[in-house]
Amino acid sequence: MRTLIHLLIGIFFGILLFKCEAASWFRIYEMFRFDAFHMYGIIGSALVVGIILIQLIKRFNLKSFYGEKIEIPSKEKSFRRYLFGGIFFGLGWALAGACPGPIFTLLGAGFLPIAVVLISAVLGTFVYGILKNRLPH
Amino acid sequence: MEIIYQPWPWYVSGPLIAVVMFILIMSGKRFGMSSNLRTLCTICGAGKHADFFQFDWKSQRWNLVVVAGTIIGGFIGANLLSPESSVTIAKDTVIELQNLGFDSAGSAYMPTELFDNFVFTDLKSMALLIIGGFLVGFGARYAGGCTSGHAISGLSNLQVPSLIAVFGFFLGGLFMVHVLFPLIF
Repeated sequence: MRTLIHLLIGIFFGILLFKCEAASWFRIYEMFRFDAFHMYGIIGSALVVGIILIQLIKRFNLKSFYGEKIEIPSKEKSFRRYLFGGIFFGLGWALAGACPGPIFTLLGAGFLPIAVVLISAVLGTFVYGILKNRLPH
Repeated sequence: MEIIYQPWPWYVSGPLIAVVMFILIMSGKRFGMSSNLRTLCTICGAGKHADFFQFDWKSQRWNLVVVAGTIIGGFIGANLLSPESSVTIAKDTVIELQNLGFDSAGSAYMPTELFDNFVFTDLKSMALLIIGGFLVGFGARYAGGCTSGHAISGLSNLQVPSLIAVFGFFLGGLFMVHVLFPLIF
């Protein structure tokens, strides 16, 4: 049952990313050129609604659908890893035109070259794991 | 139905992304796509090479199911819900892209110069896809999250680290598009 719910959430998310064009390379390029409001509107409105929903969970101590306590962990405090990691990610996001969610969406949409992006993203993750202890965090 | 076939406007899509995050949190999970890349490494045996990959990947199976759904959703979105999928980007963007050699700008969903099947035999395009993907995977794990984990989940939870990460995303993205693109293309 839970698996089915997760699958349905994923399917909905995939459709959503494709249909709102956040999975389009062109939209990412347009965003980084500040030529249109579209992507800022998506991220901005997701944030406004997201902040409200998370506050609702916290203020009303909402339980999960299965009656469990909900934990929303805080991100570990640091500066360098977020800035440096963020810059690497941003360079790749603009070049490949896709972040991890859209990579999977585009794979389903039938853009085969995105498989190359996916495989090298897995490789990039692997190299991070190898170098982790030698990188400033 | 007609309205579903059109591109979905930002003011519908953004709130729906927040709803996806909300449903995942309400199922006792979290919204984060890039952690699946780490799980894939672990499944491929990366735990032999670094402690970072030594964890019980089965605890992350739910997220792989979300990913499987995302792939199926991409198929449905592209093949069943989009009779016409070219992306209407801003006129200035089209002109700028055509100057860079992207003739498909304004008339496709993805630039054919990077995502058509002929790129498999084009050394430069392949190199760019490999470098781009590598940076996405490396950077996401270094920063501890990607667009879903930091820009949506983290900022929704008012996390300062996520704000720093998103600032980094934009520094990198702006540098790529404004400084490196004219050199690359």
